[in-house]
Amino acid sequence: MITEKEIQHIAKLARLNFKKEELKKFQREFSKILDYIEKLKEVDISKVEADFQKSFLKNVIRNDEPKEKLKLEIAKKLIEAMPSTQDNYLKVKKVI
Amino acid sequence: MKFEDLTIEKVHQGLLKKEFSALELTKFFLERIEKENPKIFAFLEVNRELAISQAKEIDEKIITGQKISPLAGIPCAIKDNILVKDFKCTAGSKILKKYIAPYDATVVKKLKEKGVIILGKTNLDEFAMGSSTEYSAFGPTKNPIDLKRTPGGSSGGSAAAVAANLCIFALGSDTGGSVRQPAAFCGIVGFKPTYGAVSRFGLIAFASSLDQIGPMTKTARDCEIVFEAIKGKDEMDSTSIEIYSGKSLTFKSLKEIKIGIPKEYFVKGIDPEVEKVVKNAIRKYEEMGVKIEEISLPHTEYALPCYYILAPAEASSNLARYDGMKYGIKEEIEGKDIFEIYSKIRGNNFGPEVKRRIMLGTFTLSAGYFEAYYLRAQKVRLLIKKDFEEAFKKVNFIFTPTTPTPPFLLGEKLKDPVLMYLSDIFTVPANLAELPAISIPCGKVGNLPVGLQIIGPLGSDFQVIELAKFYDT
Repeated sequence: MITEKEIQHIAKLARLNFKKEELKKFQREFSKILDYIEKLKEVDISKVEADFQKSFLKNVIRNDEPKEKLKLEIAKKLIEAMPSTQDNYLKVKKVI
Repeated sequence: MKFEDLTIEKVHQGLLKKEFSALELTKFFLERIEKENPKIFAFLEVNRELAISQAKEIDEKIITGQKISPLAGIPCAIKDNILVKDFKCTAGSKILKKYIAPYDATVVKKLKEKGVIILGKTNLDEFAMGSSTEYSAFGPTKNPIDLKRTPGGSSGGSAAAVAANLCIFALGSDTGGSVRQPAAFCGIVGFKPTYGAVSRFGLIAFASSLDQIGPMTKTARDCEIVFEAIKGKDEMDSTSIEIYSGKSLTFKSLKEIKIGIPKEYFVKGIDPEVEKVVKNAIRKYEEMGVKIEEISLPHTEYALPCYYILAPAEASSNLARYDGMKYGIKEEIEGKDIFEIYSKIRGNNFGPEVKRRIMLGTFTLSAGYFEAYYLRAQKVRLLIKKDFEEAFKKVNFIFTPTTPTPPFLLGEKLKDPVLMYLSDIFTVPANLAELPAISIPCGKVGNLPVGLQIIGPLGSDFQVIELAKFYDT
């Protein structure tokens, strides 16, 4: 079973805060899911090359040119959606 | 004119013959939603004024003798993880509770160009993660056939809306069965196209290598009309492709068709009554002339654990953008630094299943575990794909049950996440292998619907639908 300390470490990486009382239940459920996906260890993959290419896909490239005039309407809506702004900039707490 | 049991084709004919107007039809559905939605909670938001003004525009076109598309004036519903301009788009999550879509998803843009009437947005499991719509932050949708039961998920709102005749068709999204499983549970048609056949631009991303938008309709013929309208390459989604759309393979003679029945789908865990109904449906196809052959897809049992490594890994990355800073909510949170604020906002506003998957994905991608989980799962995905490639050398299509059981009771699987995951056991392989797959209603256990799943080779979308059309009654 995964330890509470390990859970807390993953939670930190995932930027997820857990309340103390949530943690025990989460640990139990998480361990069950990990047990379930362990099943994959049965498969013989020694002859498989990893290949992340999707079946039909090829690379899509284009010149880096603006296609339409900047859609001001959308830009305005994006700014409106921000919870906190100052002079049309997104305002957040100090990062560094 | 009765507005029950209307299909897209019937509405189109009715509008052309002026048996009713688009406005009358739209008002009928708006009234039905008002009456029925409090019971089943299929819709999260309905925009009455917009629907009525769209309907008036279509009527104007008809009166002035302009040509209209088969989808013009058709009232439909859109899953609430697909952007419809000026509608809220919550993805069933508290973290997007105030988010208003600034533009249309490509599929919505295409449908609007055809003149559909968008009635509203439908409920879903938070970020499409779930199989019962119970993980919606706004409350569960109920199955209109039996209100004690779930409509399935994650597109449960869309499925319930179509089944309860609150709209003519709906759009859903399918990452591991989220269109097909609820379609089966509600007795309607649900289709997951070949990966890339439909643009994902404007679909809120869950697992980008698996997500596809698909139609949810009353008949396979309707499914064809909607798919035709939304498919196609889109420069806003680099993974989109143009699939072969010639319909030359129209099965003039079903006798040339070979259907594979994978033995791995008829093993323990499947409800014997469901098995009986599905086998009956297969027999009906046999009577129509197709040849039935048992086949093997040896890696079937690994598809679900494989999915539960890959999908959460992609989700943990896709959902990193929800930090409460840019959109969606407004919350004053105190913290010693910005990271603590992120963590608190995310912790307070994501629901339990989304948290589980973000954690699972973060874990399997973290240093020291990547090879044991993610890389291994990628390799198993290739083996599953290969199983299908081998099978399609011998048969044209594959028939399976869509789900192992009929719709389960609300609350039945909430205590055990793995039990919930198992309800997608037959639908997940088509996503991993990127294949087109449709679920059609094929019979009942008691009064509960059962779905037959038809899986075809890559790009055979129109043929899969064509084959399903033989079951339309």
